Amino acid sequence: MSVINTKYGRRSFIKSSFLAGGGLMLGFNSLASLITEGRALETIPDEWFNINAYLKISSDGVFTIKAPHPEFGTDVRTSLPMMVAEELDVDWKKVVVEQADYKPSIYGRQYTGGSRGVMEKWVPLRTTGAAARQMLIKAAAKTWDVPEAEITTEGGVLYHKASGKSAKYEEMAARAAEIPVPEKVALKDPKDFKIIGTSRANVDLIKMVTGKAPYSSDINREGMLYAMVVIPPAFGMKLKSFDALSVKSMPGIKDVFSFKTYEDGYKRNMFDTNAFPELVAIVGNSTWEVLNAKNKLKVEWQPFTEQSFVMAGFRGEQTVVVPPGLESSSDHKAKMKDAADKPGRQMRKDGNPEEVFKNAAKVIERTYSAPFLPHYMMEPITSFAHYTDEGLFVAGPVQSPETTINTISSRIGLPPEKIHIELTRMGGGFGRHFHAHCLTEAAVISQKVKAPIKLQYTREDTTNMGSYRPACLAVYRAALDKDNNLIAFHVKAGGVPDNGLNANAFPAGAVDNYLAESFSIASNITSGWFRAPGDNFIGGVEQSFLDEIAEAAGKDPIEFRLELLKRSKEKPVGARADYDASRYAGVLELVREKSNWAANKKRGVAAYLCHRAYAAHVIDVVVKDNVSRVQSVFSAVDCGIVVNPDSATNMVEGNVVDAIGHAMYGELTFTKGKPDSSNLGKYRLIRMNEAPKNIEVHFVKNDIAPTGLGEGPYPSVFGALANALYKATGKRFYHQPFIKNSF
Amino acid sequence: MAVFNLNVNGTKQKVDVDGATPMLWVLRDQLKLTGTKYGCGIAQCGACTIHLNGVATRSCILPVSSIGSKAITTIEGLSELGEHPVQKAWIEHNVAQCGYCQNGQIMAAAALLKNNSKPSEEQIETAMKGNICRCGTYVRIKEAIKSVSRT
Repeated sequence: MSVINTKYGRRSFIKSSFLAGGGLMLGFNSLASLITEGRALETIPDEWFNINAYLKISSDGVFTIKAPHPEFGTDVRTSLPMMVAEELDVDWKKVVVEQADYKPSIYGRQYTGGSRGVMEKWVPLRTTGAAARQMLIKAAAKTWDVPEAEITTEGGVLYHKASGKSAKYEEMAARAAEIPVPEKVALKDPKDFKIIGTSRANVDLIKMVTGKAPYSSDINREGMLYAMVVIPPAFGMKLKSFDALSVKSMPGIKDVFSFKTYEDGYKRNMFDTNAFPELVAIVGNSTWEVLNAKNKLKVEWQPFTEQSFVMAGFRGEQTVVVPPGLESSSDHKAKMKDAADKPGRQMRKDGNPEEVFKNAAKVIERTYSAPFLPHYMMEPITSFAHYTDEGLFVAGPVQSPETTINTISSRIGLPPEKIHIELTRMGGGFGRHFHAHCLTEAAVISQKVKAPIKLQYTREDTTNMGSYRPACLAVYRAALDKDNNLIAFHVKAGGVPDNGLNANAFPAGAVDNYLAESFSIASNITSGWFRAPGDNFIGGVEQSFLDEIAEAAGKDPIEFRLELLKRSKEKPVGARADYDASRYAGVLELVREKSNWAANKKRGVAAYLCHRAYAAHVIDVVVKDNVSRVQSVFSAVDCGIVVNPDSATNMVEGNVVDAIGHAMYGELTFTKGKPDSSNLGKYRLIRMNEAPKNIEVHFVKNDIAPTGLGEGPYPSVFGALANALYKATGKRFYHQPFIKNSF
Repeated sequence: MAVFNLNVNGTKQKVDVDGATPMLWVLRDQLKLTGTKYGCGIAQCGACTIHLNGVATRSCILPVSSIGSKAITTIEGLSELGEHPVQKAWIEHNVAQCGYCQNGQIMAAAALLKNNSKPSEEQIETAMKGNICRCGTYVRIKEAIKSVSRT
């Protein structure tokens, strides 16, 4: 048990102080929202008691728990409420999950990304549940005139054993709502968890399998018009002119106009990545009519020569100068190779690598590369806005509402408190929806046409207006002595524009002579966060390179890594190593055991830490008729306490499949600024017949506070696959997508 | 514009639209049946899968003028509360992540199992390879289909 000061959750109680006051009657609109774990409530409760902003209790024992973060597929709408329910001590079957409004003053950061949701809400949400339970206990103690300490709870019932008294939570809810929030509450010891650590079905499953889960693209409103935007055909281009009359008389077309997403002189926030801030909007009565007009619109584009803006970043405000020109992937490759031939920006140096490389018994040097990747969320970008004199209602795929609302506010001229941003379910995100310019665009269009509008990007728009995973290149060198010890390690990595090399990641700290350098190449092709940013490239190729070093040293690849980790733990090199060598080794040892590693010689292994989750995978590949297919994957993951094991397993499986798909097939190339493949006719995503036949996921069991799983298991899959392909084919795979290598 | 009399989920529906309008947009815009999803618009991802006289069909390239009297079933018509064996299997296997493609996956799987109640692994892969899931839930989708075929 640990005692927690309720300051963590205190803001979440603000609401109760004015909404509570004993048995507040709330309007209740939809039985359909009362579904959890496949069960619909049979009766509508008479009354709801607001205990705090996260929790209300109905007079007939239904516990409504708010899910604070936007959901894009990682199941935070289940795992986060589970934390409240655990400390509240209620039967999960009686819990109903509702999406919280966007109110950071009450809920704290409401943000989905960086695999941070479970980690950041771990203490606040349990504190909220525990404080509510404490308030119910105080209410019962007062009612029964017995000491609080003698009251116990179980499954939503309060007990006073000595007197034999008991009461359901709902019977005490009205009194509890009037009790001041306790200053300190005790949190459970993990060994006493009843909900956390047990598998609970996704709370939206029934809605999802019946077509009723509400995505922003599904919003319909009375009088709603449909909008599309026409975007420049290539990066490096901007609008020159358009002829509204060419389509205005087409059936169903209401309006055609150009607009700017930002006011002139606007200071962009760090998520305002947007290559095309001036667009043409077409508004009409139906998607099909608007699409037809979009295809017919006469519009002229021109290359821009100068573009710059002020943008806030992690390192403060800076003026971003966008280089002009129509870029091609062949140029990018040449520039990256040139940069890799020159000294890079030194990020870390231990010992004297230059000297050691000169005198080494063996030196291995390898170059790896990967292309731009579009996020390819299954839901093409769609947003909804309704601007009225009272304010703005806006909905759309958004991972960072806090920055998005400021962008909208500045453009529309409404204060943030007059903007309601609805946190709808997203059909995937993978980092793309940090850059939620589509909401501002929808707001501008609604303001102009004075009607609720749905802005629908086509799939091609969604791809072409991307903020891609950057194209990357890395050169690795390793030096071995005559006894095959790794004595020097050098990585030089960069990209268009960069690739996020973490110089203090493994194997830094495990090698006496170490050098990490980076380079970056300016581009007007927009890039941004993509599942496990930076790591999705560097993690995979580093693990491929370690495989080659192990082979050159004549060592088993798992044993080789464990030796390095032991070295790092016992006698670390340098001041800093951004990993826990024991946890790193733990996942390798677990995957070695579970995969029965020695049983099959044609398999690959890799391990990596990112987003605070350690993961190791063993992959078995079979090559038949020149086609490789992953048969089995064994995954071992350490993300601390696993809140919802089956959901977590699903997340690891998804990481594995998604990473294999992108490693094998993912590639977006450009010719003169134009993406060469905007849709699935040319762009390839993994399909069922290419996915692994079996994925076995194992978690390290410990009591460490949980981290996230959306990204941590991802990068190492790229490495394990490359290493497995080598074992299956005899060829090393250095350049993604691997399908382009001959087998 | 022309009037089309459609049979959608067992109900007669009258719509007045351009005959070239894909059924996907008739369902979503005119009939407000939003369970059928737009994914690619070129019949390559399967998110828009419906049943046309029981056959899994991509509604994004299916002009409304070509429907005639054929029966259309959407995810909403498969069963309202998720009682269809395929939907139940999806729930049992906790398949979905973002869930966006799953309506199409379920419609494809239901059509497969209607024609072949015991599909082999290869037959499942062949029938389902037209439906993309970027979240990567294929292993669970396959297990869910197998569990239906075992009952």
